[in-house]
Amino acid sequence: MLVRSKYSGSSFSELLEVEFPHLRFESRLPQALASTGLATGQGPAGAPPIPHGTTVLALKYSGGVIAAGDRLATEGYRVASRDVQKVYTTDAHSLIAIAGAAGPCIEMAKLLRIELEHYEKIEGDSLELEGKANKLSQMIRANLPAAMQGLVVVPIFAGYDPRRRVGRLWKYDVTGGRYEEAEFEATGSGGLYARESLKKSWRPGASREEALRMAIGALMDAADEDRGTGGIDVQRGIYPTVSVCSASGIEEVAPTEIAEIHRQLLDQRRGAA
Amino acid sequence: MSLPFYVSPEQLMQDKAEYARKGIARGKSIVTLEYAGGVLLLAENPSTSLSKIGEIYDRLAFAGVGKFSEFDQLRKIGVRYADVKGYSYSREDVRAKSLANAYSQAIGEVFTREMKPLEVEIVVAEVGDDRLAGHENNAIYRVSYDGSISDHQGYCVIGGTVESLQAYLQANYRSSLPLGDAIKLGVAALERASNGEPKLGAQNLEACVLERQRPGRKFRRLSADELRGILSP
Repeated sequence: MLVRSKYSGSSFSELLEVEFPHLRFESRLPQALASTGLATGQGPAGAPPIPHGTTVLALKYSGGVIAAGDRLATEGYRVASRDVQKVYTTDAHSLIAIAGAAGPCIEMAKLLRIELEHYEKIEGDSLELEGKANKLSQMIRANLPAAMQGLVVVPIFAGYDPRRRVGRLWKYDVTGGRYEEAEFEATGSGGLYARESLKKSWRPGASREEALRMAIGALMDAADEDRGTGGIDVQRGIYPTVSVCSASGIEEVAPTEIAEIHRQLLDQRRGAA
Repeated sequence: MSLPFYVSPEQLMQDKAEYARKGIARGKSIVTLEYAGGVLLLAENPSTSLSKIGEIYDRLAFAGVGKFSEFDQLRKIGVRYADVKGYSYSREDVRAKSLANAYSQAIGEVFTREMKPLEVEIVVAEVGDDRLAGHENNAIYRVSYDGSISDHQGYCVIGGTVESLQAYLQANYRSSLPLGDAIKLGVAALERASNGEPKLGAQNLEACVLERQRPGRKFRRLSADELRGILSP
């Protein structure tokens, strides 16, 4: 039991650092990776590269913010998984969309969720949206040694700010640098193409439906140009993960609705050709 | 040469127990009730910011009576314990039984080793989840100042004057009550406490529920407006 705990603050990752250093995910990774070169795929002959998640994006709309991600994880040129989840709900009003080395990415999303929940329970009050974004910054910075060995985590953090009554989103770099974006952001291997697509389609004050079309259209464009981004898998019924965050909370968009938007976009593009 | 003053172990424990009981009796009572949709925790608490009831984990809640600083510390310890456990295993592995046992060990140890015992009595409540085979039932554990632990079905009362409350609940408690009726029953029981208010309004109550049907985190704090709506005739 933790009665004689050395740690008395309200951060979960600091609690792990002080009391349970063996549970921290970045603790022994860098040394292990440096000796094998596993992360960059240049390891000993036959050693598999580590799965990477590819394209995620977030954009603002009239009611808040929307985050979306494709479902593909790749190991070099191979498919590692077709139905990876890249958009995670971290609390009632925030989301994280992850791109980079799948293992540390998913771990960081999980850790951020626990971190926010932990703070809320210990303090009896939730962090400000800015505070949440800043906490993620520190977690990414702590991952820097692993990032230098190829285990890069570059998420997008998005949420609804109940104090300012707007949706907000941030992008990050490997050093934990945090940049608030005013309109939209996309990252990962197909991020460039998704961003180009959003640049053409995005407009301020879009409705939920319009914004969903922009998001799914951008993922389709990214999959079209980037081999690492998964297209919409109609055969297996695997659709992108799309979450809408507004004043009323987070809504995970149903696959049936995404399928319908996809169909409309296809019709529209066929017509245009 | 002066001899060290001898106190028999029985006397020592009795004194400590009496000291703890006195401290606890100064505080107001808390009622925990199973109702149709989950578990209700109801406290007489005029403060809106210093809570006696708190969320521990997805299906777990905590309530404490006695010295605020002591039971609030225990609550935080519980949150840390649960979050570390859920992080290293799975979220479903965080259960009330193991937490209540850990509390019992910790409180018991303080009672035997330290000069001053903890002046607290706590409840750990867990709501069942119908989607998890084997985890369908609710659980309510009570841990006392000396670390003694007991499990309860239907209802549980902690605090100084439990006998009159317990007698009232024993006579009037029915299983599968709707939330509104459960709150009214709980309030009627709390009004029987000898050191409490004779007539409790929404502003003097703290009410939290663990809702069975809620996805993910099942803990919810009822707002004063919601309580007023339920209590107004």
